[in-house]
Amino acid sequence: MARYQNIFTQVQLRGPLEAGPPMRGASFTRSGVGTYNYWLGKIGAAQIGPVYLGTLGMASLMFAFLAFEIIGLNMFASVGWNPVQFVRQLPWLSLEPPGPEYGFSPFVPLAKGGWWIIAGFCMTTSLLLWFLRTYRRARALGMGTHVAWAFASGIFLILTLGFIRPMLMGSWAEAVPFGIFPHLDWTAAFSIRYGNLFYNPFHCLSIAFLYGSTLLFAMHGATILAVGRYGGEREIEQITDRGTASERAALFWRWTMGFNATMESIHRWAWWFAVLTPLTGGIGILLTGTVVDNWYLWAVMHHYAPGYPGTGVIDPATLPGAPK
Amino acid sequence: MNRTFPTRAVIMAVGGLGIMMLGGCEPGHKETSQNGFRGAGLDQIVDPRHVVKTAAIPDAPYPLPADGGPLAGQTYQNVKVLGGVSTERFNHLMAEISQWIAPPEQGCAYCHNPANMASDEKYTKVVARRMLQMTQTINSTWSTHVKQTGVTCYTCHRGNAVPANKWALSAGAPNPDSILNNRHGQNELSDNAGYTSLPSDAFADYLNDHKNIRVATDTPLPAGHGPSVMETEKTYGLMMHVSKALGVNCTYCHNTQSFRAWNLSRPQRAQAWYGIRMVRDINETYIGSLKAVFPDTRKGPLGDPYKVNCTTCHQGVNKPLGGVSMIAQAPALKGPTPYVKPQVAQAAATAPVAAMAPPAKSAEK
Repeated sequence: MARYQNIFTQVQLRGPLEAGPPMRGASFTRSGVGTYNYWLGKIGAAQIGPVYLGTLGMASLMFAFLAFEIIGLNMFASVGWNPVQFVRQLPWLSLEPPGPEYGFSPFVPLAKGGWWIIAGFCMTTSLLLWFLRTYRRARALGMGTHVAWAFASGIFLILTLGFIRPMLMGSWAEAVPFGIFPHLDWTAAFSIRYGNLFYNPFHCLSIAFLYGSTLLFAMHGATILAVGRYGGEREIEQITDRGTASERAALFWRWTMGFNATMESIHRWAWWFAVLTPLTGGIGILLTGTVVDNWYLWAVMHHYAPGYPGTGVIDPATLPGAPK
Repeated sequence: MNRTFPTRAVIMAVGGLGIMMLGGCEPGHKETSQNGFRGAGLDQIVDPRHVVKTAAIPDAPYPLPADGGPLAGQTYQNVKVLGGVSTERFNHLMAEISQWIAPPEQGCAYCHNPANMASDEKYTKVVARRMLQMTQTINSTWSTHVKQTGVTCYTCHRGNAVPANKWALSAGAPNPDSILNNRHGQNELSDNAGYTSLPSDAFADYLNDHKNIRVATDTPLPAGHGPSVMETEKTYGLMMHVSKALGVNCTYCHNTQSFRAWNLSRPQRAQAWYGIRMVRDINETYIGSLKAVFPDTRKGPLGDPYKVNCTTCHQGVNKPLGGVSMIAQAPALKGPTPYVKPQVAQAAATAPVAAMAPPAKSAEK
């Protein structure tokens, strides 16, 4: 006879689909009644839907679709509408921002980066509308708005990269292109231009929070799975009605490192680490080029770049009679 | 409900795919070398099986004759560059040029009219004369880059009439004001940019024009407006070319702590710096001056002659031809060899001859 087990051997329940509580302050009702999916049940809940999109969700998806289409069609056109080359070269293809000659002007010919501005506007609008949607859905369910603000932190980083910093620098050419390899190459070029982002303290903080997030996620996930046999995955119940799962998990960490987070505080740890990753990263981006132009030299100025022995190589351009 | 079969099939498919992806790995021995201060990551990791094989050095057509005897300028007519070389050695160099460059079925006739060897009627002879001046200039004034190894015709030509690795100005998009077929000189599968999405048309700016390659500023705080990230990408694309041409990675020259700082870089970076200036000199002073001489088949889509970049000589190895010097076999290429007797150099001033008139600075040393 099947018994309740953890995620890897989960027994899937079948019965009447759950519709959720009645809608409050909604623009229309949920669509459909939902369905079961066996494979999704392997990694989460087997019930799909019903979905509530509402006005904000629909508007957000529309803008997301527009941005996706503008980017995709620009890439498709760049290979002369050749579907084979579109697939083959997709990771290389790009929608580039306007060049330095246009400064931060909003009026750029479409083929010279105008499409990039429109795509960026549509993507930003979509993200902001989805932020409002997560806020309003959380409120409608009587929840806190933690998800919305965590999402806002990510949006802040995106807006910093594509809009706020280019605005402060007065040039769209500082912004990130839309493309798979192109945005990665932009990242490397950005670090080289501004003297090694490695020495940007906010970049350091962002990495610390990013790595910290993965560490916390691994510790928390492992702890809860390990006490799953005692009902540990019912974390919220265990906050108020601390059972043997919670006691064992706490004792484990006190034995291993002397301190344990609680069933509630571990989620605050995780939330703050996740939120601070793009927030500190965004601040680091914002300071680059506006306040600091060469992070390596800035670190030398503040005596925190390690001094390796020099190689004695002299810039040939400074030697007398140097070729141009 | 029997769910076992699809579950097992999925697990096997995912596992099989994972094992297949390991096929992209390159197992086997790697040679590593530490080329800078410990911990600074100035390392080269080389898979010996994937190193570009250095080309074989051809045997001399016949042993180099002793210097002396009548000069080529006395023996032959219309010798403008090698007039001061002994006739014996002049003939030896001609045999070498034929072996290194001319298609075997044509031999001397690739450049010369067999009925009148002195005639400049074939464009290839005019080009060859300018290239001899170029080679002499490289060996005598660009030792900052070619050191004592020097270069010969073979360093680039390798038995081909036209060196295999060359470039010309790109035709670009059919209509720069349209997005159709427009990659903006980047975002394409290009060997020039080492298969990154970085700009692949950087040669025109940095190896023909003299645009500034340095992008990182020398002040910690902003002072005026430095180059944009877009311009940085273009120099980065050029560096990908250098890396690919030499078969090395960034840290062969640079310390990644600061790509800009010279006192942290390896001496190879300074040698490359001179190399870039040498390539500009070659493209501008020598190949550029032959624009009117070359036929259209030796020109790119915009009508400029094919030019050189790092790959033209290096061809995937940090020292062309594995660092083997061939200059002892062709001593006349070490530097200018003028024939000082005044009455010889008065040939008719035809267009090709005018095109090869030595420009002011380097060729006249």
